[in-house]
Amino acid sequence: MPYADLDLAAGRKNGTVWVTLPNRNYDPEKGHRLYNRYLDELEYGEELGFDVVAVNEHHQTAYGLMPSPIVTASALARRTKRVKIAILGSALPLRSHPLMVAEEHAMIDVISGGRLITGFVRGIGAEYHTFGVNPTFSHDRFHEAHDLIVRAWTEPGPFSFQGHHYRVQYVNLWPRPYQKPHPPIWIPSQGSKETIDWASHPDRRYTYLQTFSPVKVVQRYLKQYRDTCANYGYGCEDRQLGWAVPVYVGASDEAARREAKEHFEAFRNVYVRMPIEMLLPPGYTSRESLKNVMKAKAQMFGDVTIDQAIELGLFVCGSADTVYKAFEGYWREMRFGNLLVMCQFGTLPADLTRANMERFARGVLPRLKALN
Amino acid sequence: MPFTDHTIELVGCRTHYRRGGKGSPLVFLHGASGAPVVLPFMEKLSERFDVIVPDHPGYGQSDEPEWLENIHDVAYFYLDFIGALKLERAVIIGSSMGGWMAMEMAVRNTSRIGSLVLVSPAGIAATGAEPADIFLLSPEDTIRKLFYEQRFAEERLALPMTPEAIDLALKNRHTTARLAWEPRLHDPHLAKWLHRIDVPVAIVWGKDDLILPVGIAHELKRLMPRAELHLFERCGHLPQVEKAAEFCDLVVRFACR
Repeated sequence: MPYADLDLAAGRKNGTVWVTLPNRNYDPEKGHRLYNRYLDELEYGEELGFDVVAVNEHHQTAYGLMPSPIVTASALARRTKRVKIAILGSALPLRSHPLMVAEEHAMIDVISGGRLITGFVRGIGAEYHTFGVNPTFSHDRFHEAHDLIVRAWTEPGPFSFQGHHYRVQYVNLWPRPYQKPHPPIWIPSQGSKETIDWASHPDRRYTYLQTFSPVKVVQRYLKQYRDTCANYGYGCEDRQLGWAVPVYVGASDEAARREAKEHFEAFRNVYVRMPIEMLLPPGYTSRESLKNVMKAKAQMFGDVTIDQAIELGLFVCGSADTVYKAFEGYWREMRFGNLLVMCQFGTLPADLTRANMERFARGVLPRLKALN
Repeated sequence: MPFTDHTIELVGCRTHYRRGGKGSPLVFLHGASGAPVVLPFMEKLSERFDVIVPDHPGYGQSDEPEWLENIHDVAYFYLDFIGALKLERAVIIGSSMGGWMAMEMAVRNTSRIGSLVLVSPAGIAATGAEPADIFLLSPEDTIRKLFYEQRFAEERLALPMTPEAIDLALKNRHTTARLAWEPRLHDPHLAKWLHRIDVPVAIVWGKDDLILPVGIAHELKRLMPRAELHLFERCGHLPQVEKAAEFCDLVVRFACR
């Protein structure tokens, strides 16, 4: 949910649209129109037959206008009737109290009659700068917050929770979630061994969603997830794997590239961009991962054209046939049970977003579903 | 005087320190970037003092103990450290993060401390004197901001970045974040207790400090009215490096009174 009216030159000049881009660049009147446009698009997703519509959480950035995905998910819970609503996800370590997350997600689950898919994330590195939360405790806080939330959803209250970061004398959730034992939990990630080991653990078996990565990286981590399940002694179900990727379907391959080009490149080269110190504060990742990123810095932090992105499988773009064939091939290889298509990205305007959604829903979605 | 390497295990933390010279004990507590080598000011001070330069827990060649969660842990650790080494009337010099540690020690217990030299210390906040965001600056920009005379920065930037140096830098940075990310580079409760420091204190600051602006020096002097305040002209965040000779003279005059 980007601030699509962004002055891209201002974003470029600042080096990033995260943390430090002055908020005088945000116009609330344009913001009003954008929020309502995006919510209309998400609601339209139900009409077009998508199974799930998804929202996420980002803070103090033109990249995404949902500091609270609870607000958008709540609006959707009342305006939709059938579609599942995924919060991908709530940034647990950034929240001052995990019980708030447990309560809010339970509310949406109850209001929607059990249509919530819960997602938990740590928030991205930049958000440790904006929130001041100490990134060296990010993993600890995430795990402890997760444990508190799941226990609050499933164990009879009141009970006492005495953790290292969170201590509550009376955990006694009203409302309890609608779904039993609790809403499904998805773990969106850019990929790390620690996350995969944790999400795939037999006690959890959470759906692992690889987000916005070159397809080779998606393949590597989804395979790693399957292998980890096997090492735990059970077979990974397809529903445990997901891939989130920006997609654009045009009338032809040529038209798709032409229409998507400036909007995708703005997304990749302006909205996503940030310096390494902002992306990976100390402790956010292991120092080994940090060193790998430092080595790949030129590739990761340079501009990417739409053609390069399609080549890398970072972006799936073309006619309905081309897009279907690409996903069919990827699916046969990876067998991900969940595909999350980002039909709006960067500056993509309303008319192209709707056309993209319609072409995907009519020309790609039914054929992909038939594969399963 | 040559320095030799030592390791002591304290509170489950193998702690590396260098020691050189003869005289009354002097402990130098380093800043965020560690103390990987013996610097000229250490050599100079070792002519008059028994100079001890530990790598803090979580820094350099010392362990990263599980218990290390905040600056108070470091303060108690160093009180144990000077006790284990049986130091008496030790001069504690602390630079930047190390100055913060020195103050946190001294508000708790000065029984083994003779005096404090606080060299552009972190630890308190001052309105209108915002520290640089050391966690957002690139490594090169950080080094440039450390010094007034850019030739010192050039020297540092010319050092080869070996894999070992990168590992050390990441380790030091991690611990600095653990101790100083939030509240940023200070402890909001420290200022309340600075009056407990009952040994002589010298505050040393570069007037051109771009990391911790000199406004913080004046606030610290206000909080510790009996402290001496020494401001160095044309000097950045590390007076002990940029003005090594003057700095050492000052320490000798102050500590040997």
